[in-house]
Amino acid sequence: MEGGLVNDMRTIQRTDQMEDMKISAKDVNVYYADNHAIKDVNVEIEDKTVTAFIGPSGCGKSTFLRCLNRMNDTIDICRVEGDILLDNEDIYDARIDPVQLRAKVGMVFQKPNPFPKSIYDNVAYGPRIHGLANTKAELDEIVETSLRRGAIWDEVKDRLDAPGTGLSGGQQQRLCIARAVATAPEVLLMDEPCSALDPIATAQVEELIDELRQNFSVVIVTHSMQQAARVSQNTAFFHLGELVEYGETGQIFTTPQDSRTESYITGRIG
Amino acid sequence: MTDANLDKPAAAVPASRSLLNGDERTKKREAAEKRFQYYGMAAICTGLFFLVVLTVSIVRSGLPAFTNAVVAVDFSLSQEEFDAAEGQLFKTKAYQGLFNTALQNKLTEAGIDVAFDDKAIERILGKTGGTIREYFRENTDDIGSPVMFELAASSRVDGYFKGRVTRDTLVDSRFLELNDLDIVDAMAEAGVLKTAFNWNFITGADSGVDNPGGAGIGASVVGSFFMMLVVLFLSLPIGVAASIYLEEFAPQNRFTDLIEVNISNLAAVPSIVFGILGLAVFIQFMHLPQSAPLVGGLVLALMTLPTIIISTRASLQAVPPSIRDAALGVGASKMQAVFHHVLPLAMPGILTGTIIGLAQALGETAPLLLIGMVGFVARGYPDGLIAGFTDPNSAMPAQIYTWASRADVGFYEKAWGGIIVLLIFLLTMNTIAIILRRRFERRW
Ligand SMILES: Nc1ncnc2c1ncn2[C@@H]1O[C@H](COP(=O)(O)OP(=O)(O)OP(=O)(O)O)[C@@H](O)[C@H]1O
Ligand SMILES: [Mg+2]
Repeated sequence: MEGGLVNDMRTIQRTDQMEDMKISAKDVNVYYADNHAIKDVNVEIEDKTVTAFIGPSGCGKSTFLRCLNRMNDTIDICRVEGDILLDNEDIYDARIDPVQLRAKVGMVFQKPNPFPKSIYDNVAYGPRIHGLANTKAELDEIVETSLRRGAIWDEVKDRLDAPGTGLSGGQQQRLCIARAVATAPEVLLMDEPCSALDPIATAQVEELIDELRQNFSVVIVTHSMQQAARVSQNTAFFHLGELVEYGETGQIFTTPQDSRTESYITGRIG
Repeated sequence: MTDANLDKPAAAVPASRSLLNGDERTKKREAAEKRFQYYGMAAICTGLFFLVVLTVSIVRSGLPAFTNAVVAVDFSLSQEEFDAAEGQLFKTKAYQGLFNTALQNKLTEAGIDVAFDDKAIERILGKTGGTIREYFRENTDDIGSPVMFELAASSRVDGYFKGRVTRDTLVDSRFLELNDLDIVDAMAEAGVLKTAFNWNFITGADSGVDNPGGAGIGASVVGSFFMMLVVLFLSLPIGVAASIYLEEFAPQNRFTDLIEVNISNLAAVPSIVFGILGLAVFIQFMHLPQSAPLVGGLVLALMTLPTIIISTRASLQAVPPSIRDAALGVGASKMQAVFHHVLPLAMPGILTGTIIGLAQALGETAPLLLIGMVGFVARGYPDGLIAGFTDPNSAMPAQIYTWASRADVGFYEKAWGGIIVLLIFLLTMNTIAIILRRRFERRW
C-alpha cells in the first residue's frame, strides 16, 4: 500500500492484514463548488474494527464520511475526486449502483431524521424495500432486534404505531440507529450519533458499536475524545480538510506524531 | 438626559427593576403589537363585510330562479273523454279544451267569476294539451281518477307573480295582454296559481331566447362536470410528474432554467390566449368536435398546468432534504425516496394547488368563447359517458354569460341563479379537496 508520508509507519505495521481492508480511500479530494473541503486524504478502514474520525468543527469529517456511501451525490455542487475502494471495488465506478452501495454501507446522520411515519414503519422501511423479510412475523422480529440494538426498545415497545417524529431528540437519534442497523449493513457510518444522548443511552449505543464490531466495520465521527478512546481501535484526526494523523487509537492519544493532533487532543485547537 | 448620565457614571450598577411595571420601550412595543392586531382585524372585517354584501345580493337576485309560478289543478279524465279526444283530428286541442273546462269549474267552485278563452290560457300556461295528452298516454291506469297537474306558467306570468312585471311595463307585449292579468289575479285568489320549486331550473337544459321560464342549468352543470374531469385527469398527473422530474431528477442547467422561467410565465398568460390556441390546435388542426367538453377541458387543462406545477414544486421544495437523505441512506432508490416519503408530505400542498387551479378553470369563460361553448344552446343531456365528453354542450360560466346577454329580462334572474349553482358546485369541489387534504395531513 502506497500511502503518503503520514501513513508509512502504519503501512509497515499492517502489511499482514492487507486482506482485511474493508474500505481504502486514495488521494480523495472533495470540492463544494470552489471550496476545497477534503484535501488528498488517504485512509484504510479495516474490517471488523471501529474507526473514529475526530477533528474540529468544519474540518470535513461529515463530508468524508458521506463520500463513503456516496451520499454526496445528492449535493449538486459537490465533486469527489480520487478512488474509494470497498472490498476492492471502486464505489465511484460508473457501473456501481449507489442504491446497492448504500444498502451495504448504512448511515446514521448528524441530525436525527426519522421519517414522518410510525416508529415501526421507520425501522421496517429498509428491510421492506430490500426484501429482507418474507413474512410479517420476520419483519416484526427484525424491527424488535433493531430497536433493541438501538437501545430504544423499552421506551417504544408499547407505541410502535406512534409517529417517529414525536419522540425526543435523543430517542429520534436512537431510532435512526435502529433504522440503520435494520438493513444489516456491512459498514455502518455514524455521524456524531451520541451528540444528543444522555450518558446512559450513550453507553448503550457504545455497547451496540462494540457488538457490531464482531461482524461489521463501524466508522464513527465524534467530538468526544473519551468516546473515541473508548470505542475505537483506530482514530483519524482531520484538520482543515486534511487527514493529519491516522493510527491506532491508543497511539494517537498517547503519543501523537503531529503537533496539531497533540494540541487538539489536549484542547488547544478546535 | 445627558445630565442624568453625567450624574451617574458608567460604573454604576444598572438598577434592578420590578417586572411588574414595564419601561417605555416595552410599552411602545406592546402598542405597536396592538395596533397591528387592530389593522388585521379591520382588514378581516372589511373582507367579511364585502363577502356578506356579495352573498346577500347573489342570493337575493338568484333565489327567484329556483321558484316559478305554477297552476295546480286536479284534473280527471274519463275513458270516454280519452277515447273521444284520441279520435279527433287536433288531439291536443281537445285535451286543452277539457283542461280549460276543468280550470273554469275550479274557479267557479271558488266563487270567482272570470271569463277567459283558450287563447288567454295559452298565453298564460302555454300549450297545455300536449303535456296532458302525453301524461295520459303514458299512464293509462290513471284514466278515470283525478290527477294533480302542476303546469308552469309562462315567464311573463311568473314575472308578474314575482313583481318583476307590472301592469305598466306590460303595455305592448305580444306575449301577454292586460286582460290576462285579471285572469292571473283571479287564479291566484282561487289558490290555483302558486309558487313552487322550479326543478326544471336545476335539471333542465337551456331554452330558446324567448322562453326564460323553461331555461335550466342542468345540462351545463353536466358539461362543466365532464370538463373538470378532463382537466383533473390531465393536469394533475402531468403537472405532478413534470414537477417531480424538474424538482428531483432534472439536472440544473440552462435548459431546465429556461423551462422553469417559461412555466412561471405561462401562469400569467391571459386565458383567452389559451382559448385561441385551443381553437387553432384542437379544433382546426386536430378536428376535434366544436363546443365539446373534451376540447374545453383540454384548453382549461393547459391553463391549469402552470398553477399545479408551481404549487407542486413549492410543496416539494418545502419537504426537508433530511427526509430524502434518510431514505437514500437506508438504500432506497431516488424514485422510492420520492414516492414513499417526499410525495406524501407534499400531497396537501399539491391538493391546494390543484383545487385553486380547478376553481380557476371552473369559472373561466373567455377561452370557452373561442371554442364555441359560449352561446351554444344545450337542448338536452348527452346520452352516455363518451357523448358527455364529445357532444356539444355548454358549461356553467358560459351558460351564465349567455343568459346575461339575452334581451329578455327573465333571463337575468336565471343568470344569478346560475351563479348560485356555480358557487355550490365550487364549494362541493373544495369540500372534497379539504377532506382529502385532512386525510393526507393526518398521516403526518
Ligand atoms: N452542503 C454543503 N454545501 C457547501 N459546503 C458544504 C456543505 N457541507 C459542508 N460544506 C463545507 O465543507 C466543509 C466541511 O464540512 P463538514 O460538514 O464536513 O464538517 P464537519 O467536520 O462534519 O463539522 P462538524 O463537526 O461541525 O459537523 C465546511 O467548510 C463546510 O462549509
Ligand atoms: Mg459534521
